[in-house]
Amino acid sequence: MLTCNRRIFINTLFQKSPFANIKIIVLVVLSIIIMILDHRQGHMDSVRSLLSTAIYPIQYVVNLPVKLAGSINDAVTMRSYLLDENNRLREKHLMLNSKLQRFEILEAENNRLRNLFESSLRLKERVLIAELIAVELEPFKHQIRINKGGKEGAYDGQPILDATGIMGQIIHVSPFYSDVLLITDPNHSIPVEINRNGLRAIAVGTGQKNVLQLEHLPSNADIKQGDLIVSSGLGHRFPAGYPVGTVKNITLDPAEPFAKIIVIPSARLESSREVLLVWPREEVRYQKSNPKDFAFHDAR
Amino acid sequence: MLDERPKGRLVIAASFIIAFMLTAMPLPDWALAWRPCWVAMVLIYWCMALPNRIGPGTGWFLGLLIDVLQGTLLGMNALGYALIAYFVQNSYQKMRVYPLTQQSIVVGFYLLMYLLISLWVRGVSDDPEIGWYYWMPLITSMLLWPWLFIVLRDMRRKFHVS
Repeated sequence: MLTCNRRIFINTLFQKSPFANIKIIVLVVLSIIIMILDHRQGHMDSVRSLLSTAIYPIQYVVNLPVKLAGSINDAVTMRSYLLDENNRLREKHLMLNSKLQRFEILEAENNRLRNLFESSLRLKERVLIAELIAVELEPFKHQIRINKGGKEGAYDGQPILDATGIMGQIIHVSPFYSDVLLITDPNHSIPVEINRNGLRAIAVGTGQKNVLQLEHLPSNADIKQGDLIVSSGLGHRFPAGYPVGTVKNITLDPAEPFAKIIVIPSARLESSREVLLVWPREEVRYQKSNPKDFAFHDAR
Repeated sequence: MLDERPKGRLVIAASFIIAFMLTAMPLPDWALAWRPCWVAMVLIYWCMALPNRIGPGTGWFLGLLIDVLQGTLLGMNALGYALIAYFVQNSYQKMRVYPLTQQSIVVGFYLLMYLLISLWVRGVSDDPEIGWYYWMPLITSMLLWPWLFIVLRDMRRKFHVS
């Protein structure tokens, strides 16, 4: 019995599966195949969302203390502070409402004018509020994770806003959460226009926090410091007319064909805890077959 | 009979779940880049302690979960973790008799290999350029290894995981 035990012990000590080498080769090949499939956008999304259901409880538990701290904070806030805040918000509400009235009139007028030009109306978008559950999943990517997923109808490429501007777009949807690529990620670009004169450009993330860059604008482009940059809606991914950022500075280097234009995002990418999911409606800006519309667009 | 039935599956699972929680835990901005590779370290420990149970297959699956957790290219961490497990499985007899400091150097070496593979994958899949702080987890992992080793060893002995 003792010798038998010892033999088994020795066996387990020096045991090495004869298939170990084959196994690791198979795993390496499998990993590479998965990476290639995942890199080609979307072939592995079902696997990812399946595994995400296993990961979600962990993320949920880890996030509990933050949530708890928030609710404790809410519970012990002073009454006077709340009253104060309530007053402030009421005033702001009133102010925004009065602005909104003007805006609604303008919108109606705009739609009427668009009607005259036989182009489609701008429709209202559907929105949903989501909460952040994780920031910076990885230090080298500008990504956040929000608590709304496929269950609520989120989809790949869906635009995400906060109260002050465009934040980014969804890149992975899982049943319970989705991952958002922020506009400052170096792999992200968004079609924009300058609010003042409608000059079109592409705003590309730089990888630095809170810095965007406008690409391929010639040195003589009509752009000034402080210009508001809004989404142009070209490419049909982001809704048109939402603020993206403001121009911070313009560097003209005679050696370079293009100006270097730095833009600070309007959205509070670092501090927003609540974000908005937007379902933009199909929107055709101008009917391209009608030359009159082109003329109007150029004259603007 | 010895070692007929694997024991302590729950303990192993719990240690990995805690490692995942430490990986997902929110940290202040300055500490993010310093987060040790918790799951890889726990994987190395179990590969060393129970090479006949925890191996490249387990490592591969855990890596896949890490990819989902961190939103990286699916399969990047899986590749690295499978290779870590493979190399530890091939050298566990040596690693077990090393003193703790030497062990953490070996662990650092394996993690360096894993980070290099990830760096290569990031480079191929046109990720942004990565700064010097990419290598910081290596230092924190090596510093924390002796402590993690002792904690996991005591846990293994207490629950008779074999």
